[in-house]
Amino acid sequence: MRLLYRRPDFTTVMLVLGLLFLYLPMGVLVVYSFNESQLVTVWAGFSPKWYGELFADRQILSAVWTSLRIAFLAASMAVCLGTVAAFVMTRFGKFRGKTALSSMVTAPLVMPEVITGLSLLLLFVQMAQLIGWPTDRGMATIWIAHTTFCSAYVAVVVAARLREIDRSIEEAAMDLGSPPLKTFFTVTLPVISPALAAGWLLAFTLSLDDLVIASFVSGPGANTLPMVVFSSVRMGVSPKINALATLIILAVSVATLIAWWLMHRKEKKRRLALQEAESQ
Amino acid sequence: MQPIKTWLKRLKLGRRAVIALPLVWLTLFFLMPFALVLKISLSEAAISIPPYGPLVEYADQTLQVFLNLGNYLFLLSDSLYIAAYWGSIKTAFVATLACLLLGYPMAYAMARASARWQLILLLLVMLPSWTSFLIRVYAWMGILSNSGLINNTLLWLGVIETPLQMMNTQLAVIIGIVYAYLPFMVLPLYAHLARLDNALLEAASDLGSRKFNTFIKITLPLSTGGIIAGSMLVFIPAVGEFVIPELLGGPDTLMIGKVLWEEFFLNRDWPVASALAMVMLLLLLIPIVMFHRYQSRELEK
Repeated sequence: MRLLYRRPDFTTVMLVLGLLFLYLPMGVLVVYSFNESQLVTVWAGFSPKWYGELFADRQILSAVWTSLRIAFLAASMAVCLGTVAAFVMTRFGKFRGKTALSSMVTAPLVMPEVITGLSLLLLFVQMAQLIGWPTDRGMATIWIAHTTFCSAYVAVVVAARLREIDRSIEEAAMDLGSPPLKTFFTVTLPVISPALAAGWLLAFTLSLDDLVIASFVSGPGANTLPMVVFSSVRMGVSPKINALATLIILAVSVATLIAWWLMHRKEKKRRLALQEAESQ
Repeated sequence: MQPIKTWLKRLKLGRRAVIALPLVWLTLFFLMPFALVLKISLSEAAISIPPYGPLVEYADQTLQVFLNLGNYLFLLSDSLYIAAYWGSIKTAFVATLACLLLGYPMAYAMARASARWQLILLLLVMLPSWTSFLIRVYAWMGILSNSGLINNTLLWLGVIETPLQMMNTQLAVIIGIVYAYLPFMVLPLYAHLARLDNALLEAASDLGSRKFNTFIKITLPLSTGGIIAGSMLVFIPAVGEFVIPELLGGPDTLMIGKVLWEEFFLNRDWPVASALAMVMLLLLLIPIVMFHRYQSRELEK
């Protein structure tokens, strides 16, 4: 009996407690999104009515649309910039400005948001004075700000992958006379494409999530979803926000589940291929 | 010979262009803005658009340069700002320590799980950070408030007669930071612990080392990189945190990110906000350099 029932050790207990700590508050949000009562903390029976109210809220819906557009554009641009930065850092050897580039790639990862936001706003104001652009701040300025800090995250993800892959394939292609640009697009890019997808998704969620930087660089015209949620949450808890939270958690969970399934399938295939190779 | 030469020339030009693209973008939108923050922090507040005075003026054939140190002196003279800096560093430090104490055993257990479970556990730890920071902080408002889940439960059980004041306290801010930043602590710790060679631990145990001794002498030193990276990923953003003290904090939780926000958005004093940002950057310089050195060592591996 002793052998069957292993006493869980300290670290396993902490892992379970840590996961409970991470998930219980989100569970509470989900449960109370179905609460009949306006008071988020008193249970008054099951009702999906807050979802109806959420979808009737024009302000939230238009903010969702704005945020999705900015996040899509910022993530796409960040993948381009971040991949180039990662490639330059891992494949170009030494060059002038390498230290500067690698510092500027890692610094945004830890820079407090208030500093980034303030500094970018001052830049846009100065630019408007000097070259007359941007005349008014909004989606374009948020896009630039998000692209900048997201490309740092993409660069780190892609650089890690670039370092892992076998360089001899790229070298073989170049030895056979393939020009560098062609080698990049036909050999390197297909191999790192999972990292690009991961980087894009990370950048997309980071952009969707940002409140502080967007608040600094936005103008009166553009309200992103976090800005609308924040002004509502400041007033206190509201069941409509709970309903929104539930939908966000649902979307992220489904996306994660799909990602897990894809990775799991790939791993299984790899193991099968290995077994086959061994048996031959 | 000629075509090869032009090809090499083109290659060199292409190489430069590829390097220039991220370098120029980041210089323009990341480095330059800091120079502007420094500049504005040395200017005087003015009632104009934008609300600060010029640093350089040319009139009557004289070039005048105004360097106004008043904003920095003002920060020093008002105890509110010093208290805010100190409060931020203290709160961020306690929260980082709590993250480490909770995150380390979690990462250790993850690294010891089977390969299949490792992936699942990793996704489970990271998933919350992909949802929404704001909404995760908001979740604690419903839990900690006077009519919140904890107080209601305790009142119903009869443990307490009057609700405990948990919202708008230092404790709420620390819980919020730990909750929001825990995944960023676990991730680098896990990466380091998973890389740890099991043969080392087995050798130690074969030689008669006790578990605790092995941990102190082998596991802990080999995971210092992860401890530094995780702690910096929590500590530095936590010092400048605005959302958490704004939503969960109260009058006694002074944090510099919130003070900067109010100087900028409520008082519209851009020069003082810039000076606040410069001093914060100065205080965080050592941790940022530490993180950068760790990160570039990781990148070179």
